[in-house]
Parts: sequence; C-alpha cells; structure tokens
Amino acid sequence: MLPSDLKPEQFNGYPPEARKLVAAHVAVLRRLPLSFLPSLLREAIEYDFKFPAERRSLEKELVNLDSLSSDQLKDWLQGFAQIRISSQLERSDWINAPAQFVEQLSSYLWTTHQLDAFRTAALAYAERLRAAVPPEKPPIPRLGITVIGQGVTVNDAPLFRKLRPHGAYFRAVKPENGVQLLLNIAAARAKVHPVPYAHWYIDGGQAAVHDPALTSVSYHALEPVRAALSGRIRAEIDRPGMGPENLRTVMAQLRPGDLGLANSSDAVLDRFQVKMLTEGSGTQIFSTTFAQWTAREALRRAQPLTLLVRFAPRQRQKPMNEMLSASHEVSELDPLGSLVDADMGAYYNWLNLQRLPGAEQSSFLAWFEGHNEALAIGPAIPRGTESNAATSLEQLLNWAS
Amino acid sequence: MASNREATPYELAHQLAWNRREFIRSAAGVALGSSLLPSSLLARTGVPISKRKVVVITFGGGARDQETFAPEGQENIPHLMRELIPQSAFFTQVVNRGILGHYVATASLATGVYETINNFASLPPEHPTVFEYFRKDLKRPASDAWVVAPSNGFNRIGESSHHSYGPGLGAKVILPKHLLTAATSGGGTDYEHLLRDSYETPFYTPELSGGEFELQQLGNLLKLSVDDFKAHALTLSSPDELSVYIVRQLMRQVAPSLLWITMHDIDIAHAGAFSLYIDGIRRTDRLCADIWKTIQSEPEYAGKTTLFILPDFGRDSDDDSGGNGFQHHRTGDALSRTTWMMALGAGVREGVVFDRPMESTDLVPTLGSILGFSASLSQGKPIPELL
Repeated sequence: MLPSDLKPEQFNGYPPEARKLVAAHVAVLRRLPLSFLPSLLREAIEYDFKFPAERRSLEKELVNLDSLSSDQLKDWLQGFAQIRISSQLERSDWINAPAQFVEQLSSYLWTTHQLDAFRTAALAYAERLRAAVPPEKPPIPRLGITVIGQGVTVNDAPLFRKLRPHGAYFRAVKPENGVQLLLNIAAARAKVHPVPYAHWYIDGGQAAVHDPALTSVSYHALEPVRAALSGRIRAEIDRPGMGPENLRTVMAQLRPGDLGLANSSDAVLDRFQVKMLTEGSGTQIFSTTFAQWTAREALRRAQPLTLLVRFAPRQRQKPMNEMLSASHEVSELDPLGSLVDADMGAYYNWLNLQRLPGAEQSSFLAWFEGHNEALAIGPAIPRGTESNAATSLEQLLNWAS
Repeated sequence: MASNREATPYELAHQLAWNRREFIRSAAGVALGSSLLPSSLLARTGVPISKRKVVVITFGGGARDQETFAPEGQENIPHLMRELIPQSAFFTQVVNRGILGHYVATASLATGVYETINNFASLPPEHPTVFEYFRKDLKRPASDAWVVAPSNGFNRIGESSHHSYGPGLGAKVILPKHLLTAATSGGGTDYEHLLRDSYETPFYTPELSGGEFELQQLGNLLKLSVDDFKAHALTLSSPDELSVYIVRQLMRQVAPSLLWITMHDIDIAHAGAFSLYIDGIRRTDRLCADIWKTIQSEPEYAGKTTLFILPDFGRDSDDDSGGNGFQHHRTGDALSRTTWMMALGAGVREGVVFDRPMESTDLVPTLGSILGFSASLSQGKPIPELL
C-alpha cells in the first residue's frame, strides 16, 4: 500500500488523540513519500503518551506540511522521494506498525547502500523545518545539574576534563547537604514555573526525598519493572525461532501494564519509563547507563527547564545472564568505574542540554557528590578557568545563571 | 571566508584523517609518507613468497579517536603509540562504506566486498573470503588458514557460500568461548566472565552451525589438555584474552601462514558504561602488542610476517544528536565510517603515515599481493604503499 491510498478509517487502531490528529491531516499524509511518512506516523501513534513539548512540535510539523504547496512539498522531500523502497516494505503494515517499518527500513537502507542518501535527506528536511517552525524558546533559562560519584571516598583521576574548556572548575566547594540543597533549588524553580514535565529529577539509585513538584524517575523505584522485564526477556529468548531482531520488536511493543506499571496515575510518565528499559541499550543492567539515557531522552523529548541527574554506583560487570537475572542477592558495586561512567554522562547531559532552544542562556553544574570538586557552565562563567576559592553549590548556581 | 554550511562526509573523513595524522606525527614522531615509494618492498626483504605469513587483527569492536589517537585518548593506547606505530606504516583514512555491524563488517573485510548478509544470522559471506582465495589459488592445506573469533556468531566467517569456492576451501574457525564452554561442559561459574558473547545482541548467543573447531582438536592440534586449558582460562579476565591465549598456542603448534584474529572486548560500549569501554580499549592495546611480541619471538613467524591491525569501523560521534556518542555505531556518520590501519613487519616501511583515502575492502587484494594469490572478486584495490 502507498500513502496516496490512505483513508481516515485506516487509523482506527490509533489511540483517540492520535487518531484525531492524523485524521485532521490525512490529506497531506497522502502526498508524502513512503520513505518519510512512517517516521512521522511513528511519532503520531504515540501522541497520547507524549510530553507537551513533543505534542506541540508534532502538531506544528503537520500544520507546516499542510501549508506547503505541491511544488514546495516536492522540493522539501525530494531526497526522500529518491529513496527506493522494496515491495515487501510497501506491503508491510506501516500504518499500524510504523516503528517496525522504520526499523526494517533502516536495515534495508544499510543493505542497499542508501543510508547516506537518507541521512542527507533527513538532515535537509530537519534544517528546513527548523527554519520554518523555529523551536520554542524556554520561558526561563534552562538549568542542568549532574551529581556524580556517589559512594566514592577517594578518587585520584581528574574529573570533568571534557567539560572544563566550557566553564569554570572549582576545587573548594562546600559539599555539606549538597544533594538536598540542589533538590530544593530544582523544586523552587518548579514551584515558580509550574509547567507539566518541565522540572525533572532522575536518580540512578534510590531517589532522595524530594518535592512532588519534580517529575521523578529512579532506577531503584523501577526494580520490580526491571525484574518483570528480565523475566519476559528470558521467556522470549527460550521461544523457538526467536532472534535478536524479533526480541527487539517484542520489547518495543511492551506496555506499562505488561510490566506491572499500570496503576500509576501518570500514563505518559509510565510509558516513558518503560521505553527507557525496553528501548535503551544497557539500561536494564547498568544504573549509570539508565541515568544517562533517561536524561538524554528527557531532554530530547520533554525539553525540561530544570534537570537534576544523580548517578549512583552500578553493579560490577558480570556475564549478561547473571546481570539480567532477577536475583535478590545484593550485587557487588563498582563505584570507581561508575564515577568514570558518570563523568562522561555529565558531559553528555551538558551536550544534550546544549541541543535545546535557548542553549546560549542555559547553565549547567556538575558536582562530585560529597566532595569539593565542581564544574559550572553558564553565560556569565568564564570558560576554561579554575578556582581554589571556597564556595557553595548555591553560589555556583547563582554565578552560572 | 568562513562558511556556515555543514561539512560533507568526505570533508569530515579527510579532517578526521588529518587530525589522526597530526596526532600520531606529534606523539609517535613518525614521518609523512609519500606514494612515491621504492617498489617491491616485500621482495627486498628476501622472504620468498611461499614462506610469507600474514596476521590480521581487527581492533574490535570499534573505538573512536578521542579515546585512542587524539591527545586525550593516547593514554589508553600506550602500546600502539610507543611500540607499534613507530614500527609501522600507518594509514589514517580507511573508509568503510558498508553495513556497520560487526559480523557483516568483518565479513566485508575478509571478502573485500561490502557484504549485505544479516548481521545477526549465522550465515556465511556471499563472496569468497581471503582464506578461500589463499587456499585455492596456492593449494594450501586447511591447516594453513585460521580464524580466531570472539563471538559464536562468527562461526561462518571462514568460508563463503560462493559457488566457485565455499565448503572445504576456507579457514578453520576457532571460537574460544565455544571451546571453553565445551571444556567446562557448559558449567562452571568461574569462567563466565570469559563467555560473554555479542554485545550488539547481548541477550543472545547464536546457535552454532558450521565448521567450528572441535574440542578433541584441543589436544591433537594445540597440544593442550582440557585441564590445562581450563586452568589457564581461570587466570584470564576477558574473552579477548582467551582468544589471544588460543592464538599463541595456534602459532606455536600449527603456525598457519594466514591467521585472522577478531577482537571484541571494546564492544562492551553498547552497554553504555564508558569505563568498561575504556578498559576494553586498554586491554586490546595490550593484547595487540602481545601478539606482535609473539610474532617476533616465534621462529616460524619472526622476520617473515606482516601484521595488519585495523578496526572494522568506528563509533558514533558525540556531535551527532541521532546517536548516543561512544555507545553505538548506528548513525553511519563520518566518525563511525572512517577508521585507520597499521601494517608492520616484513616488507613494511617503518614510521610512516599515509593519509590518502582508502577503503576497508582494499585489505584483501593487498593480502593477495603479499601472499601471491588473486582476489579476483574483491571490490578493493591493492595498497601500493605496501607492495
């Protein structure tokens, strides 16, 4: 089936809000090339479970496509129109399973050496879309905070090496009550700017006491979900004919209810958390990976105004089946390895914060938990500088913002 | 005049190669090479073609410059920087235009053709492998071409499904982890750290089918008792260390003329733990130097062996928002496609850097020129700087 044959009733399997959204734009969807449309539908079918920022950006993208004349649309999407699609892909159920289509398309593009052409087309489209529909500026400058090194008593390796050229490195920060202080600052921002899903606290271990105004995700709180997922993975692996690609598809189709997360009052956050575990690589086994990937996805999708990420020690590397097992034995931890992971994670958190609108006004703080080392980046902070002066975390945030 | 346009993949690859060259020149003190070289370098070594040996190591599964050759990464590869590069011809711009999955990319390296087989299925390459060209053209016995591979998914890498080559003409494949599983009768938690399989599909260990090395050959060919093998394995810390242990035994006991080793520890990066990725790079660096030392100390290899070390591909850039930095190799960006190769040993000019672009498919025809066979179906071209 081709996009030109689309009918509104073919979207009856979509969740209600998504169905309404797609039905309002079916005329333009018919004019889109098949190499492009399922990527858009992959987002649309999730519309009911998307964060407000994602919803707005998808709505604007569809309105923009609707506003283009035939010639303009052809011009915008000419790169995609030149991508050859197999008849097998054409016949697949790309309306109801767009994510699977995109996965198969990716494999097909690699195989047919069309990946570079697709990539060029995608970049060109994204560039034009950014120009036509500029991303929303945040109502206040964003703040990113990353806390690393929980459980490390002595560390000889230099920290924040990748971040130092972009900000100021402080050696004499007062660490007392630091986590609580930073959480209070995040909560205060949430209360002054009470926007849904705009203020996040992600913990790679057990969440500290925090204000409910913060959207909170923690590795520890998801332990039952991780155990349920491990059980599903083990059961699927044992099924005859199950291969890695099939497993990925099965995992991507898991919903909160399948993993015992159906009773929460926040279906959007539930879906997000499950995706972190089913679509992230390594998030099921390493808490440091979970924290980094969840921060990345929260930034990309929810575009928060405040993001506090606290890394915790991950389990020591073991064989995969052991790491996946739902054993109740306490895992041996690797605090120093986790510090290295988190140090890189802090850099990635800053990079991902920089990808959001208003990046030039945003500020960022990375702190070695319980210790005196911190790194601050912000419009008023001189780059590549160092300081031995005694200071507090609060003061650093004031300077950075 | 400054330009705001984005660099093309070609420009990015060139820039990457240039950086790599400058890093290496400044740190290892090597010279910039020219394509105007004295001809017949190998012939001048005096090693007759029938006595030449080649060892290929794939520096897997992919590491980026910032963790290796860039100034901040050089601390992770002290052996390559201080010991191997000064003795090698270093190619800074090896581009892989194929599929960036480890099995299919290694198969492409071994055939000189960008293979399109399913990366996650137990399938042979579709085009003749270097082992088949070598054995068929030169009428070499099965014992003269070997592959030591990390993952059970590599068990079909030794010979292709090509109608003119294929079964019986390829390399013997040793899967050390499979061997260890057999030696320990599938049990023994003491060994599980050595039995980690593919990091791209961490939940799967593929079913084996093909001509993998059998347990009884451990004693017959490698002169290793099961007890000795198990006892030594206990002293090792990773699957690649296990592979190199087998490689040493193979070199001592069988001394194949064509030996291909795929390293894989670095690919733990897929689990997202940066420290484990760095540990993998440091270990691979050390193991490459260990193999080079073995080559130099084994009488069957010393003075007549050319060693090639190259990654199958790189990993994603931090700058590409479509990826997640070091963790994967999914974006197909210039950083993940543009890698390097070093050649050292017999017939190789020492301490030179070449930064002209070449493709990873050029390896097989180059091996053909060195060992005296024709890689007639390969898409690549012999590397003139090595001939």
